[in-house]
Amino acid sequence: MLWEVDVHLREAAAVDLAAAGRDLGLDLSHAHTATGWLVEGELDRSAVERLAARLLTDPVTEVCRVAEVADATLLAPPDVSPSGGLTGGLVLHVLPKPGVTDPAAESARAAMALLGVEAKAVRSLRKYWLPAGVAAEQAAQLAWKRLASEAIHEVVIGKLTLTGLTGGGRWTLVRETVPLDGLDDAALEAISRQRCLALTADELRAVRDHFAAVGRPPFEIELETIAQTWSEHCCHKTLGSPIDHQGPDGHARFDNLLKETVFAATQTVRERLGPDDWCVSVFRDNSGVVRFDGDHDICVKVETHNHPSAIEPYGGAATGLGGVIRDVLGTGHGAKPLANLDVFCVAPLDTPTEEIPPGVIPPPRLLDGVVAGVRDYGNRMGIPTIAGAVAFHPGYLGNPLVFCGTVGIMPRDSADGRVEPGDLVVVAGGRTGRDGIHGATFSSIELSSDSETESGGSVQIGHAIHEKTVTDFVLAAAAERLFHAITDCGAGGLSSAVGEMGAELGAEVDLDTVPLKYAGLSATEVWISEAQERMVLAVAPADWPRLAELARQEGTEATAIGRFTGDGRLVLRWEGETVGDLDCHFLHEGRPRRRLSSRYTPPAETAVTWSIDGADLGGVLLELLGAADVASKEWIIRQYDHEVQGQSVLKPLLGPAAGPADATVIRGALGRPRGIVLGVGLRHHLGPLDPYQMAVGGIIEAVANCIAAGADPARIALLDNFCWGDCRRPESLGTLVEACLGCQDAAIALAAPFVSGKDSLNNVFTWTAADGRQQERSIPPTLLATALGQIADVAHCLSPDLKQPGNRLAIIGLSVGDLAGSQLAVLGRVSGGRVPQVDLAGCRRVFETIHRLATQRLLRACHDLSDGGLAVAAAEMAIGSGLGADLDLAAVPLAATDSPATANDLPRLLTTATTETPGRFLCEVAEADAAAFAASCGEVPWAWLGRVTDHGRLTLRVAEATVADLSVPALDAAWRAPSRAHTGGNC
Amino acid sequence: MLAPRALVLRGPGTNCDHETAHAFERAGGLSRRVHVQALAEKPTVLDDFQIFCIPGGFSYGDDIASGRILALELGQRLGEALRQFHDRGGLILGICNGFQVLLQTGLLLAGPDDGSSRQATLAHNTSGRFVDCWVHLQAEAGRCVFLQGLSRFELPVAHAEGRFVTSTESALEVFDRAGQLVLRYADDDAGRPTNPNGSARDVAGVCDPTGRILGLMPHPERFIEATQHPAWMGRLDPAAEAAGLAVFRNAVRAAGGDAG
Repeated sequence: MLWEVDVHLREAAAVDLAAAGRDLGLDLSHAHTATGWLVEGELDRSAVERLAARLLTDPVTEVCRVAEVADATLLAPPDVSPSGGLTGGLVLHVLPKPGVTDPAAESARAAMALLGVEAKAVRSLRKYWLPAGVAAEQAAQLAWKRLASEAIHEVVIGKLTLTGLTGGGRWTLVRETVPLDGLDDAALEAISRQRCLALTADELRAVRDHFAAVGRPPFEIELETIAQTWSEHCCHKTLGSPIDHQGPDGHARFDNLLKETVFAATQTVRERLGPDDWCVSVFRDNSGVVRFDGDHDICVKVETHNHPSAIEPYGGAATGLGGVIRDVLGTGHGAKPLANLDVFCVAPLDTPTEEIPPGVIPPPRLLDGVVAGVRDYGNRMGIPTIAGAVAFHPGYLGNPLVFCGTVGIMPRDSADGRVEPGDLVVVAGGRTGRDGIHGATFSSIELSSDSETESGGSVQIGHAIHEKTVTDFVLAAAAERLFHAITDCGAGGLSSAVGEMGAELGAEVDLDTVPLKYAGLSATEVWISEAQERMVLAVAPADWPRLAELARQEGTEATAIGRFTGDGRLVLRWEGETVGDLDCHFLHEGRPRRRLSSRYTPPAETAVTWSIDGADLGGVLLELLGAADVASKEWIIRQYDHEVQGQSVLKPLLGPAAGPADATVIRGALGRPRGIVLGVGLRHHLGPLDPYQMAVGGIIEAVANCIAAGADPARIALLDNFCWGDCRRPESLGTLVEACLGCQDAAIALAAPFVSGKDSLNNVFTWTAADGRQQERSIPPTLLATALGQIADVAHCLSPDLKQPGNRLAIIGLSVGDLAGSQLAVLGRVSGGRVPQVDLAGCRRVFETIHRLATQRLLRACHDLSDGGLAVAAAEMAIGSGLGADLDLAAVPLAATDSPATANDLPRLLTTATTETPGRFLCEVAEADAAAFAASCGEVPWAWLGRVTDHGRLTLRVAEATVADLSVPALDAAWRAPSRAHTGGNC
Repeated sequence: MLAPRALVLRGPGTNCDHETAHAFERAGGLSRRVHVQALAEKPTVLDDFQIFCIPGGFSYGDDIASGRILALELGQRLGEALRQFHDRGGLILGICNGFQVLLQTGLLLAGPDDGSSRQATLAHNTSGRFVDCWVHLQAEAGRCVFLQGLSRFELPVAHAEGRFVTSTESALEVFDRAGQLVLRYADDDAGRPTNPNGSARDVAGVCDPTGRILGLMPHPERFIEATQHPAWMGRLDPAAEAAGLAVFRNAVRAAGGDAG
């Protein structure tokens, strides 16, 4: 029997629905919404009514209605106020598609057992009563545009006709072979396309020849395993290829680009550190591990989840975060996740509707969705989301970037997980369903306007509480050393996880023993499903009973599904029958490498032109503070629990008036002084102009953020996340090579090793325009740099908010007037010119100077100069505290090629006030410390610019002439306006 | 004498158990994190403790409603044990999700445990979204042992469902006159209200008629030392202890210990 319980709020308030209606020109102010539950089982009405009253309804705020699904009373307008005008209107149901993870329903079903009611299946739904007069097409439009996502929902208008929630029997074994013998390139490519394998003809030829030697055609499951393992997502296919590069400095050859640039930089830094090397495990495990204190190491990883988020922002971002949390959990012998970060790159929120291609989710809805996804997953996990950024550029339309990162901590010397022959393969956590089939290969294919319908099966929905319980279980098991090695089930599912763990030893897996969410999955589906919240552990048989007991105590599921053998073969079985048998060596080493060629020609430099008629410095400063990249992200930050675990020291909003932070800081452990500093850098506007400077600038920004918070420049680890367009094109690949060279130079110059990274290539969106022409758009070359710093004692952290009227303000670092790619250029106030050229050695000296000053306790506040330059930095320091500042722009140390600001020359004023030369800081110094400060600064370029004031204004002068004078509340309002627009003025 | 012992409950989705246990220790108590499954299998474990604390988190994902499933589980499997624990003088503290749970068990504000005549709930914030921000609070401790000596102080909140609502205005009045509405959101130093969720009468925390059970939405365990405040830098002594620790010291002291 299939029952439905509808739960209505007594005081109906479908505010969101009314807003959605307004956008579509519908008056839904009297519409009504309810939460519904479908409950299947041999249950009588009294049992369902007991569930409704005791479990599903709040007696204070809600009322419920119980009936069998087909019962017409379920469609009648609810008897709560206000419900006038709903008689005769349509009723809309939005429910998860069969097989899509429905965490609330799973929890509800488990809770029903507490009341002695055994339901066979439960599904949740949202239900909407629309006013009479809303037509069926309008209702459908409302549903698909605002209430439901095609990838995961179904929408039913009118009566639900379901009779049951479960279906499908056990899969019966079919061994499908895929004959490749004698096929030419065209035929091989056709197979790759049809099966969504993302393999090239080259690669399929290697597979064909391998199986010709084996003497049989591959089974489908073997081909899928190879496709997953060889996907761009799972191995650095492009970055690891040999490349012939033609750059501005001539010709260069790489045998393995990544190894010879990013890895090589790390190697150089480590060699120079010698016995003081503090790297522990780099580019090897699921995250990079470095030394922390005497008894802990810390680890960090940042991942992208771009394509799933483009199609289903909420689920895509949530599972992106879930995946990177598992990367940290699955490092060494298991690490405890301490903090998360997220960075989103999206198209401007005011992108006109007519410019949005079909099938593309409008940017505001996309951003709301990804924020909600990170919020719901991170908050439920109890891991504070402490750092991040949102970057805007038209090139991200249709192909947004979603970066999620996690920092973790582990006992020292537990980074060396190693599988032993004879270990059991144990899968723990969530069950396996059809979620995310082909996620790894899908992410390696470009997006198109049809992606939503073609690849819906690739979208996963997260279940944070499953991840939380498996995390608790893994950490308890790690404390008892009950496993030899661990990894997470991410892209490629079990095929990648078991394949990687058994890459040398080999493994055999009984796929029919994997616990399933529902019956009917084929062996291949079980093997490549990307169902979330699963970890794979290598467990000595002697430890298995204790591990199984621990799983029971923690309320998670752990199942032994096979063992690591030692014979170098990957054997897959179904009910005892072999369904796949692959040579591990071929699987991991057999991929043919193809020589690629790349070209980079710098764009021609154009003359600087200004559009500043009628403008003044103060007005431009307010524009900059309200610019999308610069403005407050408070509406996002406050939706994230950034304080859970109680270890936060510098939060993302700082000071009495909650101004911006540079980096954020948490303690490594409760009650301990040593801190972890987290900073990110992204110079995406420079990507199309100069990929080398984009990369270097991003790294400098990430490190400078850490330095400004008090981090030790001798202990900064870096991560790279490359997101690029179509790298099959030599011009795109050329910009990637330049960015890699930038990474190498910056890491070596700063002695900051890369410890981990990830690339996401093929970020291209294709669609058919209204005129029938095929259109294509690439993202701007984007490197996200993440810096993981350390501070010996968090009591000595620095923050940007001004502290004390009368204190002096000083700038450290040289300013150069190159404005290309700056926020001033993004505003359209200036165009042309050069991008800022980073002086790496100069930056390092500045970083060391700031750290020396901090160690000598000579800094009261410190802020990195970034987007919007000096003027924005000064404004932000004032906003955080409410105090004012008075600065002389004529005192700013400039490069020899720049002329000083003069009061009546707006271009020169704007240049000095807003140039974004990397490696500069604005510092607050107590009067009593002024002489010591000056002595300690030594040779680096620096100057006193002015003072902190108590009159609540930011005054910018050129010598005696005031060139801008704004109240701090006005600066504050400009900076917060875009955020307030999101929340209707609430925090 | 031995330091009082606090049992910090954990279960699927609990996530403030470590820092809450740490706060009890800093306050001079001993604490242990115990899984609800283990406690349900052996309720006599409670006999070793003087304080029972349900910390923050998203128990069972807060699916259906915040705290609903854990409240049902406690009621079904541990209801009698918890009543006895309280009757023999035990202290019960529910923070954030723990408050949401306590309210639905009927332990906090009188009512039968089947929930049918429960008169108060914690509904969705009026903003409709989760919010992490700092609030100013005003305590009127009365009998409430946890808030003794506290008056005006700051703590962070982090929740989506914290709006205290009663079924009727008269029910609210009864709780108020009985002195059970012991903790309220107050104005900040500039006179701006800091109620983050639209709670009736600015209620941030309530206690039971004995004063030995407290439920509150703000997180005292997140402000036990100065460096947890968003504006401590250059303004507070980083080594100083902070207002939230007083809640735990009070508990330890009331349970017969030396809270320092």
